[in-house]
Amino acid sequence: MTASPLLEIRDLSVHFPLPRTSMFQPRETLRAVDHVSLTLNEGECLSIVGESGCGKSTTALAVMGLQEPTVGRILYRGKPLNGPGAPSRKDRARIAQMVFQDPFASLNPRISIGRMLMAQLALHDLAKGSEARDRVAEMLTRVGLSPDHASRFPHEFSGGQRQRIGIARALMLDPRILVLDEPLSALDVSIQAQIINLLMELQERLKLSYIMISHDLSVVEHVSDRVAVMYFGRVVEEGGWKSVFATPTHPYTRRLIDSVPDMDAVLSDRRQLPPAAPVPSGARFAPDITHRPDPRAPADASGLVEIGAGHRVRLAMQGMT
Amino acid sequence: MRFNFVFGLTLVTIVVLGAIFAPLLAPFHPIMDADLMSSQLPPDGVHLMGTDNQGRDVLSRVLYGARVSLMVGVVSQIINSTIGAALGISAGYFGGRWDDFVNGLTNVMLAIPSLVFALAIMAVLGPGLPSLLIALGLTNWSWTCRIARSSTLSLKSQSFVLAAKSAGFGDWNIMRTQILPNIVGPLLVIGTLGIGSAVLAEAALSFLGIGIRPPTPSWGNMLTDARELLRSAPWAAIFPGLAIFATVLGFNLLGDGLRDMLDPHMRTARGDAGAARA
Repeated sequence: MTASPLLEIRDLSVHFPLPRTSMFQPRETLRAVDHVSLTLNEGECLSIVGESGCGKSTTALAVMGLQEPTVGRILYRGKPLNGPGAPSRKDRARIAQMVFQDPFASLNPRISIGRMLMAQLALHDLAKGSEARDRVAEMLTRVGLSPDHASRFPHEFSGGQRQRIGIARALMLDPRILVLDEPLSALDVSIQAQIINLLMELQERLKLSYIMISHDLSVVEHVSDRVAVMYFGRVVEEGGWKSVFATPTHPYTRRLIDSVPDMDAVLSDRRQLPPAAPVPSGARFAPDITHRPDPRAPADASGLVEIGAGHRVRLAMQGMT
Repeated sequence: MRFNFVFGLTLVTIVVLGAIFAPLLAPFHPIMDADLMSSQLPPDGVHLMGTDNQGRDVLSRVLYGARVSLMVGVVSQIINSTIGAALGISAGYFGGRWDDFVNGLTNVMLAIPSLVFALAIMAVLGPGLPSLLIALGLTNWSWTCRIARSSTLSLKSQSFVLAAKSAGFGDWNIMRTQILPNIVGPLLVIGTLGIGSAVLAEAALSFLGIGIRPPTPSWGNMLTDARELLRSAPWAAIFPGLAIFATVLGFNLLGDGLRDMLDPHMRTARGDAGAARA
């Protein structure tokens, strides 16, 4: 591990006020993200997995500065990205960029691809005129499109091509971090593989660090260095992908892995999950996944406990004492 | 649907051409060619639409009146559209207190009959073309504002807007380059319909004598003049009335047609075409 991580999410919480159910009741809040702490090291791919609504996309938006955190800090190389001392929207654009889930909604239908990409270069005074055109052409080639696609409009592309354009847009400003918000979930399986290969190739070539948001463990397994499993706004298990997949410990992680369709298991009519790592005796996992937690209620006391090298799992506090 | 659009476009084109080429088309001067000897002549070969009580050629006055009516309609609607779009887009984009304020203002504007409001403004500013433009331009932006706001609300959470934000573009830049181009369609429709109602409002105000002052011909004040001649020379009222009717109908049909052409999920239609090709 390096001295200072590239990106550090420190105790991040995002709460949304819910509309009042009645005039006299106090306003309730939805705890979309509750005390999440994560780190991303240089050149690493950190995956955040969980079911929809668990707060993984909100975490991504907070990293991007598109969602102001209620509490918590986000640090880039030790410098704050939110709150006092935060860089301007323009400066921050050079640090992190995002690839969005829906390739159809992520491109402005009225602007040609070339114009969209060149506008970014112009805004940041990176290149003008023919130099800008060259850089756009180079970027389109890099993501597997052809330079003459620049004059086309988004509706002229297929889903996979649009996602390539989305990646080109995210890379145009040469950011250090790419936040990938379910970049594959809207694509066909055959195209998913192409995009994942492209992403891995780009990561290696451009020395990028990825935060990959996904609900699909089979995708995450191939690309990530570390995995954080989120459940109802909190990280319930975190660790290197090997140790998480080899010894999935939190019941929710086990359930997630169990739900991935596995051809061999289906054919042999039995399914085996790898064993869980041992946890301190008498400890209870938190939250209790046998019933649905109330996202409005404050979380019960719990903490992430180290159960292996860099492998942590959330346990209820009272069970440990 | 198509027919309506074409018919509306034809009507509007005829009126616009008539207004532009009024000096060439008009057989007489609309003001100077008054001749009491030939007053209240019924339509014939010389005066195709007859003459009014001062012996002025009704056709010439209708043609010149089209200039005033269209100018008032178009310019006041441009003012309306600009105000409505600016308020609506910024309210939808920023939300919060500004949104509450704009919403309140819009509701107040919708609650006041716009013609009465325009009348009040005219009473303060006095009659004449500039005050007419101001009065009509400030009173009819609420629908534009509402549509702009609701369209912006649905657009601002689209990921291309988020992408522009994370690329570092400023809020005003995003409103101008990402949101405005995507709501031009509906704004155009409302604008077209608005021109029709502005023409009508101009006629009403001029009819009441606080719009365009005589002798400058406008369809509204021609109707005022012709009111007393309704029995003796009905043509002096019928033709300006028909002109108003045709213009308003034309703009309404044009607006409806535009809406039908632009509205039915144009983006999905284009998207499907793109997907089918790929």
